[in-house]
Amino acid sequence: MSLKVYVPCDTTAVSVGADRVAKMIATQAATIGHHITLVRNGSRGMFWLEPLVEVETEGGRIAYGPVTTRDVESLFAADFLHGGQHALCLGPTTEIPYLKNQERLTFERVGVIDPLSLDDYQTHGGWIGLQKALALSATEIVAEVKGSGLRGRGGAAFPTGIKWQTVLDTSADQKYIVCNADEGDSGTFADRMLMEGDPYCLIEGIVIAGLAVGATVGYIYLRSEYPRCWTTLNEAIRRCEAAGWLGPNIADSGRSFHLEVRLGAGAYICGEETALLESLEGKRGEVRAKPPLPAHVGLFGKPTVVNNVITLACIPLILARGGKYYHDYGQGRSRGTLTLQLSGNIQRPGLIEKAFGLTLRELLYEFGGGSASGRPLRAVQAGGPLGAYVPTHDFDLPLDYEAFAQRGAMIGHGGIVAFDESVDMRRMARFAMEFCAEESCGKCTPCRIGSVRGVEVIDRIEQGQNREANLVLLESLCETMQHGSLCAMGGMTPFPVQSALKHFPEDFER
Amino acid sequence: MEKTNANEVDPIVQTRLETLVARHAQRLGAMLPILHEIQAEYGFIPSPAISVVAHALNVSRAEVYGVITFYADFRTEPPGRSIIQVCRGEACQAKGGCELEAYAKRSLGIDFHQTTPDHAVTLEPVFCLGNCACSPSVRVGEEVYGRVDAATFDELVAEAKANTEQKAPAADAALGARS
Ligand SMILES: Cc1cc2nc3c(=O)[nH]c(=O)nc-3n(C[C@H](O)[C@H](O)[C@H](O)COP(=O)(O)O)c2cc1C
Ligand code: SF4
Ligand code: FES
Repeated sequence: MSLKVYVPCDTTAVSVGADRVAKMIATQAATIGHHITLVRNGSRGMFWLEPLVEVETEGGRIAYGPVTTRDVESLFAADFLHGGQHALCLGPTTEIPYLKNQERLTFERVGVIDPLSLDDYQTHGGWIGLQKALALSATEIVAEVKGSGLRGRGGAAFPTGIKWQTVLDTSADQKYIVCNADEGDSGTFADRMLMEGDPYCLIEGIVIAGLAVGATVGYIYLRSEYPRCWTTLNEAIRRCEAAGWLGPNIADSGRSFHLEVRLGAGAYICGEETALLESLEGKRGEVRAKPPLPAHVGLFGKPTVVNNVITLACIPLILARGGKYYHDYGQGRSRGTLTLQLSGNIQRPGLIEKAFGLTLRELLYEFGGGSASGRPLRAVQAGGPLGAYVPTHDFDLPLDYEAFAQRGAMIGHGGIVAFDESVDMRRMARFAMEFCAEESCGKCTPCRIGSVRGVEVIDRIEQGQNREANLVLLESLCETMQHGSLCAMGGMTPFPVQSALKHFPEDFER
Repeated sequence: MEKTNANEVDPIVQTRLETLVARHAQRLGAMLPILHEIQAEYGFIPSPAISVVAHALNVSRAEVYGVITFYADFRTEPPGRSIIQVCRGEACQAKGGCELEAYAKRSLGIDFHQTTPDHAVTLEPVFCLGNCACSPSVRVGEEVYGRVDAATFDELVAEAKANTEQKAPAADAALGARS
């Protein structure tokens, strides 16, 4: 029997050497005449352990990591192919506390299966949701999604079922599903991991969305910073078409769905849904005024569902196990699981999927193990570059949309970036303004000009020029941006700045 | 290189551009796919492309130019043989990204958006590569690298130079057409 060895093909695993390790394992096995099957899986999301190598044994999968090419020979010597003892052995993968203490629903298959194997997908519960949806009316599908309590994972947390209902209720000769795979927020990588590790799950979610609202064409708008996703998604689509999961006659149902991936071109603002639609139409990615909502007048003027990758990837499970199953996770108005992405100065960075309600402290210390540097943590930025900096005394905040909003923070796409005490919060505030100046679409003055002024004012504060007056000016600039901007780019850039000013005033006094 | 008149486009380039554009012109929202295709071929968007794209999509040249200049990815000048992007995102900053950025500029002797005099490397900033869990991150061509320090950066530069040394200077014909 051929032994199965797993080495991830995930971007981050490869970024720290997974390809070289995979190659060396294959060569070594061939040299000593062991027949192995090398599977390039997605990542389990325990990135401090990457490259994480797993072997399939009778007692389940055994993990070794982080493995470098220098370790390969000794792994063979220790008979790792049969789960042998070695300094890098981590025991059964699913028993590693980081993974064991998660509630993986959306990421159930990521890191487990061969991402492009249709067989693997099917034997791990794939296509059940779609089969169920094919037997339901559009209204029934939408009702299931409403019942799940799912809210958009792209940032705005808008109820997905209600968005779908609006598109369903709008009649048109053509409707579209647009998947927002722009994942521009720094500190986020859940979309990428899912697309690289379980692309069929996303495709299944998109097709179900199409059935739910009466759309027959879909686009995945992918950021160009993700070349591996581009390859994987295109290959996944090709295989789905060949197998009849996409195309003119999905699973012999007589229903059709056509799906394409389109590449962005390095503009953060194209993650904003209306700028994204402009970009898909071939224009400059400038934000549109709302109303009309994309649900009424979207891509090419047609009713359009725009949903984030993770939102859509939640759908197959909701259909397969029912909205109630999903709703049973979470708390308050934040239902289901949240896919948190922990990074920055943290010992154990990674992907943590957990029901809403975990506190930041639990996330940072129990999962994350505290700072990587060993110095105390000082702040985290939650929710991407437009998210507030949260100080340590707020670490007991539960991860819940409403609880965060109450403290002027947001969960957004679930990225949490940790900083130790060496962080200069004035520099971070300046960066927020600089980022806005760089990425503004230019449509409104408070955002376009205000951000440039913001950088200048912070520089003057740094140089000690009229510090008091400039601090007042910075506050009022933030107010103007917050209230005078068309979209959240200009409207929320003040959040990191104001939170830095509020919680870390000492950094502005030096 | 032979001097070409500003209005005269090398017919080979013209034909090639028309072929590239024709691959996508019938698609809805064809502009970005076309520009990506042209850039994949030439490494940048040569100026004669603007008219070809405008004509094929029935839009003004100003509109095509407006799109090209809006997006950070599209360039109107040929880049170096390798493009190295250094991440400026917060997760990278939290792990020494700023120091790496400074080192990259210092060791290459150029600023962001510039190319080394030997045309080997163009240095670009990038706002997150989705590699935040192994920061700081760098991208060279289609490959992303994590946990990059000064020593790894030097290795990446050396490797990039070695890999592209044999490569002919990017798209001579298009360069001619640009003048
Ligand atoms: C400046 C800005 C950037 C955004 N970037 C993204 C992004 O990269 N990915 C994403 O899914 N949503 C992003 N959004 C949110 C989208 O506008 C939109 O709310 C989302 O795609 C809707 O999908 P959802 O309901 O499934 O979350 C961004 C919003 C703003 C204002
Ligand atoms: S706030 Fe900024 S990004 Fe948003 S529409 Fe205005 S100028 Fe464009
Ligand atoms: S912030 Fe640098 S890779 Fe995400």
